[in-house]
Amino acid sequence: MTNITRPLALAACLGISTLALAATGPAQQKVLDQYSADAKAGGGAFAGFSAARGKALFLSRSATGKPDTPSCTTCHTEDPRKAGQTRAGKAIEPMALSVSPDRYADLAKTEKWFARNCDSVLGRACTPLEKGDFITFMVSQ
Amino acid sequence: MFKIVSMAVVAACLCAGAGQAAAQAAGEAAYVKECAACHMAFPAQLLPARSWTAVMQGLASHFGENAALDAASTTAIAAYLAAHAADAPHMDRHALRGLAANATPLRITETPAWIREHKGEVSAADFASPKVKTKSNCAACHRDAARGIFGDD
Repeated sequence: MTNITRPLALAACLGISTLALAATGPAQQKVLDQYSADAKAGGGAFAGFSAARGKALFLSRSATGKPDTPSCTTCHTEDPRKAGQTRAGKAIEPMALSVSPDRYADLAKTEKWFARNCDSVLGRACTPLEKGDFITFMVSQ
Repeated sequence: MFKIVSMAVVAACLCAGAGQAAAQAAGEAAYVKECAACHMAFPAQLLPARSWTAVMQGLASHFGENAALDAASTTAIAAYLAAHAADAPHMDRHALRGLAANATPLRITETPAWIREHKGEVSAADFASPKVKTKSNCAACHRDAARGIFGDD
């Protein structure tokens, strides 16, 4: 049972709209599966990804990264469904998968941006758990 | 004999030229894809090659952000920028005017040529206006900036 189908089944049971969750394609699932495998390989207990933890990470402010980028929201805004803006003024497509269905489909591209932005915002690499949580949140939006 | 050798040399040069052209095209495509994800793909001729080398070596700390790239993309983009820099052969050297030979500006907006072109014409308030936001937003005023055309729009 994958991490995405479980909440999907739960949402269906509860009669909640599954529109946003249904947007997760096989490509995104493959990326999530990779992070899930990485999280398990890292040792410790892994009990699946959490959209709530992903949301908290997205909204959090950090003092350990580069001063111009204290949060993901510095460039992406607090609403994942809205377009963001780079510090140089270029538009950034929304982070929510429901609005930007091509996101999180390419592991190399996803890794490139986590590597850059986790360093810029947090001053360190993100863990596989954080990456999976982040995508799980964005997939739910 | 001489004829055959010279033909071989010409053929070798043509092949090398074609290979270089392909590498340059790949470098340019990578430059636009990777760098223009965040900002305009600034025309290479606006900085000397030494500046581009410094920029490409410092991507992990790129004007306040980590913009690191994989090694292959970094090499291809660096080669393209160096080959089209202000001091590359056959390039317009306008951007070098007034620039000290030992100066390695990391920002186009730090070059004497850029400062001279904008002095008295564009105010600090203009640059700060919502439509412009930053000096690096050339296209706010120069419509064809990405193509390297900076007429007085």
